[in-house]
Amino acid sequence: MSGEWPLWEIFIRSQHGLAHKHVGSLHAADAQMAVTNARDVYTRRNEGVSIWAVRSADIHASSPADRAALFEPSNDKVYRHPTFFPMPDEVKHI
Amino acid sequence: MGRNDGSVSKDRASQPASRAQVDGASAIPHPSPAILNYVLHLADNGLVLAQRLGEWVGKGPVLEEDIASTNVGLDLLGQARLWLAYAGDIDGRGEDELAYFRESADYRNLLLVEQPNGNYADTIARQYLFDQWHVLLLAELTASGDARIAAIAAKALTEVRYHVERSSGWVIRLGDGTELSHARMQAAIDASWMYTGEMFAVDAAERCLVDAGIAADAAALHAPWIAAVQSVFAEATLAVPADTWSQGNGGRGGKQGVHTEHLSRMLAEMQVLPRTYPDARW
Repeated sequence: MSGEWPLWEIFIRSQHGLAHKHVGSLHAADAQMAVTNARDVYTRRNEGVSIWAVRSADIHASSPADRAALFEPSNDKVYRHPTFFPMPDEVKHI
Repeated sequence: MGRNDGSVSKDRASQPASRAQVDGASAIPHPSPAILNYVLHLADNGLVLAQRLGEWVGKGPVLEEDIASTNVGLDLLGQARLWLAYAGDIDGRGEDELAYFRESADYRNLLLVEQPNGNYADTIARQYLFDQWHVLLLAELTASGDARIAAIAAKALTEVRYHVERSSGWVIRLGDGTELSHARMQAAIDASWMYTGEMFAVDAAERCLVDAGIAADAAALHAPWIAAVQSVFAEATLAVPADTWSQGNGGRGGKQGVHTEHLSRMLAEMQVLPRTYPDARW
């Protein structure tokens, strides 16, 4: 046991944003401290109105070695993009 | 500066035109030496505590805590500047002159905030005991008869609500933590306790301001303060000290300019540069 607090990844949603964006990471002993520390470390310049903190150990990422197998096939499948029918004006801003 | 001998009544006679500014109050002309001392008291609390917290920069136990406690210090310094600007308007001196060219006998801060940082438990004990008082005081001051005091208090209150949440959280973590953190936290509380009595002592000049609806009644804050402290300490498994002796009572406390030896040493370091180069501009 290293005695170091667990690492948390922090996501902040700005006032004019729709999604929480990853802004960095920090150490904290528990969830409440993670949110408080994120407030102090990552929202000093009014960056956001909402904070998500997730333990880094709970985030699972795809491996870069698998990038070809996972993502290249979607490059040339044009039928998956909905661009073949004209949209009436009234529906464009749904 | 700062006569506490009830000389307000003489001022009343000599400044009749300014009475209209004090809404519904009977006695205090505006401005007055008593108001100046009161505003300086509020300013100096923030200024001295900010300076103390600044001593932790780069030396905090954890990076996140280093940033957090200096953020608190910056908040307090910002509030101190607002109070000092008001004091400067009453008195004619600028913020810098008030901060850097007053002796410790002219400082009006509580004895609690000038105590040295010690270990982190000492710093947290000092911070929490102060924050709990500060948040109650500012809530009362938002209803002050003096519009500027009320406005500054309203702005400061949002920041201080966060301060007290933060510091009480740390009291609980350290108190209800390991044996070592509990022992250090208890020792820190026991050592700071004698400085807390002064927070609720109101001298004659301040009592005039309270009666005029300008100052908050610090004596009346004791009951909610002790209730909150008891509740936090209970959760932190810490004992509230039984001591009732208090430093700074009887009109000889920080608010009257009678300070512990720590303040002049701290001010020496804080003031040496502007005093050595008083005409410096940057």
